[in-house]
Amino acid sequence: MKKTPFCATSEQDQEAMFQTLGIADFDELFAAIPDELRSDELDVPEGLSEMEMMQHVRKMASKNSTELVNFCGAGFYDHYIPAAVDALSSRGEFYTAYTPYQPEASQGTLQAAFEYQTAICRLTGMEVANASLFDGGTALIEGIMMALRQTKRNKVLVDGGVNPIYRRMLECYTQNLSVDYGEIPISKNGVADRSAYAEAFDDSVGAVVLQNPNFFGCLDNLSELIEKIHEAKALAIMSVYPVALSHVETPGAMGADIVTGEGQSLGLPLNFGGPYLGFMATKKKYVRKMPGRIVGETEDAQGRRGYVLTLQAREQHIRREKATSNICSNVQLCALRAIIYLSLVGREGFLDVGRQCMDRASYAWKKLMQIDGVEPAFNRRFFNEFAIRLPKDATEVVSALVDQGIAAGFPVGRYYKGMENILLLSFTEKRTKEEIDIMVAKLESVLGA
Amino acid sequence: MKLIYEKSSPGRPGVQMSSIKISLTEEIPEKYLRSQPAELPEVSEAEVVRHFTALSRLNFSVDTHFYPLGSCTMKYNPKACEVAASLPELTGMHPLWPQLRGGGLLTQGSLAILYNTERLLSESTGLAEFTLQPMSGAHGELTGVMMMAAYHKDRGNEKDHIIIPDSAHGTNPASAQIGGYRVVTIPSDENGVMDFDLFTEALGEQTAGVMLTSPNTLGVFNPRIKEICDAVHGVDGLMYYDGANFNAIMGRYKPGDMGFDICHLNLHKSFATPHGGGGPGAGPVGVVEKLRPYLPVSRVAKTKDGTYTLNYDEPKSIGYIAPFYGNFGIIARAYAYILSLGRDGMLGTSNRAVLNANYLQEKLRPLFGADYKGRCMHEFVFSGEFLKPYGIHTLDIAKGMIDCGIHPPTVYFPLNVPEAIMIEPTESEDRDTLDNFVEVMEELVELAKTNPGKLLEAPVTTPVGRLDEVKAARDMRLSYT
Repeated sequence: MKKTPFCATSEQDQEAMFQTLGIADFDELFAAIPDELRSDELDVPEGLSEMEMMQHVRKMASKNSTELVNFCGAGFYDHYIPAAVDALSSRGEFYTAYTPYQPEASQGTLQAAFEYQTAICRLTGMEVANASLFDGGTALIEGIMMALRQTKRNKVLVDGGVNPIYRRMLECYTQNLSVDYGEIPISKNGVADRSAYAEAFDDSVGAVVLQNPNFFGCLDNLSELIEKIHEAKALAIMSVYPVALSHVETPGAMGADIVTGEGQSLGLPLNFGGPYLGFMATKKKYVRKMPGRIVGETEDAQGRRGYVLTLQAREQHIRREKATSNICSNVQLCALRAIIYLSLVGREGFLDVGRQCMDRASYAWKKLMQIDGVEPAFNRRFFNEFAIRLPKDATEVVSALVDQGIAAGFPVGRYYKGMENILLLSFTEKRTKEEIDIMVAKLESVLGA
Repeated sequence: MKLIYEKSSPGRPGVQMSSIKISLTEEIPEKYLRSQPAELPEVSEAEVVRHFTALSRLNFSVDTHFYPLGSCTMKYNPKACEVAASLPELTGMHPLWPQLRGGGLLTQGSLAILYNTERLLSESTGLAEFTLQPMSGAHGELTGVMMMAAYHKDRGNEKDHIIIPDSAHGTNPASAQIGGYRVVTIPSDENGVMDFDLFTEALGEQTAGVMLTSPNTLGVFNPRIKEICDAVHGVDGLMYYDGANFNAIMGRYKPGDMGFDICHLNLHKSFATPHGGGGPGAGPVGVVEKLRPYLPVSRVAKTKDGTYTLNYDEPKSIGYIAPFYGNFGIIARAYAYILSLGRDGMLGTSNRAVLNANYLQEKLRPLFGADYKGRCMHEFVFSGEFLKPYGIHTLDIAKGMIDCGIHPPTVYFPLNVPEAIMIEPTESEDRDTLDNFVEVMEELVELAKTNPGKLLEAPVTTPVGRLDEVKAARDMRLSYT
């Protein structure tokens, strides 16, 4: 038999261990299992050496298009990641550790999680945050379930401006979890439709989900709508883009009860959809209904400050079928990347990243508006992303531009009927003036053709 | 250690981000803007590097310590898999690019990795099809339960409960309940497996399915699996295999061949992807042919010309359980690992995991006075009850172990063993490490008997001693203020 990679036992040791156990071979270890269960066939290729494996994966990776200049965001953004994020988060002491169930041997993970929770509170303007959930979509689902537990109601109203990918997820989960799901389409000017909400409130509505800036990049101030939600005795959940919170009004200041979002922009690569970082924050009075791990500060017998997982009575390994969620893991390493990113960029640097994003979006907006036939989809303010109306089908236009090395944006028609000509463009600090100029010029020529 | 916020000083610059301004930013009206910037740390790059390096050193980890944490499979995470999955050609892919052009022409490499991984997992488990979307084992369970529900609904079956043995991971009952089913718990028999008679009594027309872990959390393989599967199929129920312990049987047994219909695998256990201090993981789910229509969308498909595409048109699908295709970065690591192991390596790995566990169990048996003589699989459970007369609990042994430079095994799980200590050495450890562990255990038990007071003070070598968890829950200091 070929040597088994990553196994530590030598042939000699193996023999000695067999002797200790009084057996002759491995099969005897499995003697209690009926022979009929044994599977003889395993159609898996021969193992590769490290070098061969690397060559194979490199070859596959090379089939991806890596030269595209990207203006496609739609909730997932191509931000710059400082080198120290990778250097620090790839320390084995962090990534090869388990969940910190033994706090004395896990203070590194725990303190970093506490620092992360603090950062999320400060970004969102909320009082408490958990140590992370899988991604922005599952965090939103958890937020809804939390709000319905709190209000003891069964209906959720979801704004049409919430990322449609998340809305598909919400439909899937709510159907299976017997939750009443309703959507309120956005108003003509691209934001939450106040009057539609006023009509939709009744005493079954326990949660309302809003997004700011919404999927189309439109900024809103939701304070008054949230007041109305509270008058209807429901909780307001807001899904947010953390980089926008460098400048945009916080959900906390607008009165939101539960805040969730996708933290990928805080130092995580796009990575074809994951792993990402779901964050969640809420008001202190709701903390016992919040799912996910939470780290708290405490002391040892000598009065030394330390950190532990706390309020664990909410979780599945204690509560089993009565737990607040079935989900037992978070994404600690992603949360670690986020707090490293935020620490490296810092207070001023984070403001700067936000400014750079707005700067590029603003420049592109003006250039695009000069193209014949291009119109704003909504006449509203935006942060780093906006929607425009093209004189042609946006999918076809994007496809044509991809052939010229540009991912010009996301055609929203797939998710919004009647919006086949709408293109959603996003801008990060990584995009240069030259890249924007080229994109605009090529878009113009494709539209003219 | 100081918090990063306590090292902050106004005006201190961090990493220099882009400084090129290309237009005069249009002012956004104040009502949309926050009044104060977020109070993020203001520290130099060097200080951030020192801070997080220092934090990392406060951790025990597989790279630094023996970590025999039962049920968690803390095996070595090969560096090559990290490097392979971190290639910029992979990490730079935007998940929406497949929708921009030709259903995935821009991301053929990433789609091929997904497709190949699905095929390899299907082959390894004897199941027809896999979804890679679930982002953890528990998420995989929920996905599996949703598919179970979709199957029964489609067939017009009226089902209301799922049967789960008491030794199951806490996620099983939580998933079943969240998936809309009542949970019927079956106690274990004297051999540590689900009591067969009580199971038969509980099984009925309303049984949607059974969730089994085998080997279970006691490290015991249920020899009557075939009978159980047949009985459940007899009422059109579905058999769910919790693959948390697949690492014990990999390359030797296939859940699909045994009669299971649904199976999740924990890539962060069996397939050596790192635990990350608590995620991210991945919990792909495999199903038999009859459940294929209910799998989540999108599905990766290979077309006749050899290109890969994403298929969303599955009318019976349960829908979107993840935004995209799962934790791609984790899947890529597992793919690299499976390629490295190959056919023989899969069997060799599970063989050695089980050998190491049995060797350790045999050596420790006299110390724990364990009367159960049977073999274990990849992990085993002892009880620390014999230490109670000395005023010592399993927790104290665990804390003492930290002072000996070993991460403690899992304690107080499974719940059906009093003062449980659950040990899983994995195949990554050599005989010297195992022998040293036995010596440490012997010393700690000796200490418990001769000087228990000292053990009650442990750990003393860590930056903090035992922490006051009651105070943490009462004070609720959950962020720095």
